[in-house]
Amino acid sequence: MIVVESLRIAVQGILANRLRSLLTMLGVLIGVAAVIILVAVGTGSSVAVQKQLQALGTNVLTVFSARGFGFGRGGFGGGGRSTIGTQSRTTGLTLKDVTALRNRQNAPDLKSVNPVVNAPAVTATYQGASYQPGQFVGTTPGYFEAENWQLAAGRLLTDDDVRNHAAVVVLGPTVVQNLFGAASPLGQTIAVNGNQFQVVGVLESKGNQGLQDQDDIGIAPITTVQSVLTGVSGSVNQIVTEAASSKVTTAAQNEITSTLLSTHKITDGQPDFQVLNQASLISSSNASRHTFTVLLGAVAAISLLVGGIGVMNIMLVTVTERTREIGIRKAIGARRIHIVSQFMVEAVLLSMLGGLIGVAAGIGGSRFTIVGVKPVVETYSVVLAFGVSALVGLVFGSYPAGRAAALRPIEALRYE
Amino acid sequence: MSARPLIALRGVTKSYAMGTQVVHALRGITLGVAAGDFVAIMGASGSGKSTLMHILGCLDLPDRGYYLLDGLDVRYLEDDELATIRNRKIGFVFQSFNLVPRTNALQNVELPLIYAGVRQRERRVRAFRALKRVGLADRVYHLPSELSGGQQQRVAIARALVTDPAVVLADEPTGNLDTHSTDEVLEVFADLNAEGRTIVLITHENEVASRAGRVVRLRDGLVVADERLRSLIEVVA
Repeated sequence: MIVVESLRIAVQGILANRLRSLLTMLGVLIGVAAVIILVAVGTGSSVAVQKQLQALGTNVLTVFSARGFGFGRGGFGGGGRSTIGTQSRTTGLTLKDVTALRNRQNAPDLKSVNPVVNAPAVTATYQGASYQPGQFVGTTPGYFEAENWQLAAGRLLTDDDVRNHAAVVVLGPTVVQNLFGAASPLGQTIAVNGNQFQVVGVLESKGNQGLQDQDDIGIAPITTVQSVLTGVSGSVNQIVTEAASSKVTTAAQNEITSTLLSTHKITDGQPDFQVLNQASLISSSNASRHTFTVLLGAVAAISLLVGGIGVMNIMLVTVTERTREIGIRKAIGARRIHIVSQFMVEAVLLSMLGGLIGVAAGIGGSRFTIVGVKPVVETYSVVLAFGVSALVGLVFGSYPAGRAAALRPIEALRYE
Repeated sequence: MSARPLIALRGVTKSYAMGTQVVHALRGITLGVAAGDFVAIMGASGSGKSTLMHILGCLDLPDRGYYLLDGLDVRYLEDDELATIRNRKIGFVFQSFNLVPRTNALQNVELPLIYAGVRQRERRVRAFRALKRVGLADRVYHLPSELSGGQQQRVAIARALVTDPAVVLADEPTGNLDTHSTDEVLEVFADLNAEGRTIVLITHENEVASRAGRVVRLRDGLVVADERLRSLIEVVA
């Protein structure tokens, strides 16, 4: 009954000073909308980066030689996509390492181990069309899954292809586009530095990673690439491995390190190789994105606080304006709780109305792309922002309400 | 006179600090008001009549002496307990009407019942009855700003009556009214008293006081005269 009456009084009070109520609500409104939108932008950018990183393969561990080229030159992920001609001679990784890593006893947490050789500066031709793929690699079938390649048409490489030195190739969409245009490349034969390769598969597009077009790639069996393009040797440019699951990437990384330290006979603890852990990249990126989101949320929360101070300010004005009314109410028997609840309800109603409109504005605003990020509205941010707006009303309404209730009736009645 | 007066003041004093000065508003008031009486309290401004009104109305407590309202000693009550006493035992009528703005006549009259915790349906019925009693049955949904001074004061009287209080306290109820409205309001008070309701009315107008059954005169915080105009038995009847 008190609540119903308080609500009626509060609604009347809010409607009696429409402009003032609106401006007061605006403070809370902006705060709530800001929290929702900024958290959504933070989450959105985080989601976008996650997607990019996941396209590179989540459980992939790439081993580079620390000598010569390696880390950084090819960007992370697939790595080693350099086309420098001398790289295959400077690398310290060999097929022996691959064999060692494939040994389950050395590395039980690895699902596949794929040596990669880069054929530098190759030219592919098809019926007069000529194109230089960004990368042309020789590897083994596990490479596709490790690097998160999806097949668009045809088939991937098989172990038989590798065993038989099959002259087959799987092409990325960019290469297909440049050589075949709109025609189907499947079953066609292209010449790579004059050597015939039959196109057996086309990959799904992965898009760009930074400046690098990931789709600009040709992938052939390692045996074939070595025999016709790079020359047969034991050395490889990288070893792309896949951990059995995302939970064991760290264990797998340790297994690789210890295995290679022993095959390379390194005792001083200074490895001549590097292992790039995709999962740790993702998690560290996650952590920094999370910090970013929290920071954005905190900035927005401050504006919500400022909105709350606005509510308190207006409630103090309201209490002063209604001093006489408070006196009347007290004279005819209003107890402390009646006066407190009357003003508390008004403050909470003001801030919750502001919060509600703020939620609508926040969700509405998050539909637009902001600074190149598609915002992703988080339910928790909506609930939190709205809850805080109600709390703001309670906290910042309690002082004015307390002051109103503490007024002495005779003085309040005398107030003009 | 009845054995136990409705209002009993004994040796009541009250002083205020006005800046650096101490104002002794009441210097020792002893006064009894029987149930069913109609008492006018008169005095020049500064005589302490408003302070007396505040104490009678439990809006303020005496410094010394005691005050029994309907047998209840109010000296040691907390603020909320005083609010409850005001709500149950006292009906206020003020000089400046003091209706709650933006709230229609019916809601204004319902207000004390809300604070008393009366259910809505019963509230409605009682508020209607009280407004009818003061002749405003056709004005229940009007806002105070839509009513004349006399009508506003009659709404205030209805609000004072609706809780069926032990005593109606009226502080210069006709001070802001023209002659016609004054007559209307005084008529209502006379009728109420004729029904046996106890009324204490503060005024400085002799004409208003002459309608009462008893006139108490204050000067400098003391009772200086107490005369009965009409016998109590007659009004109680």
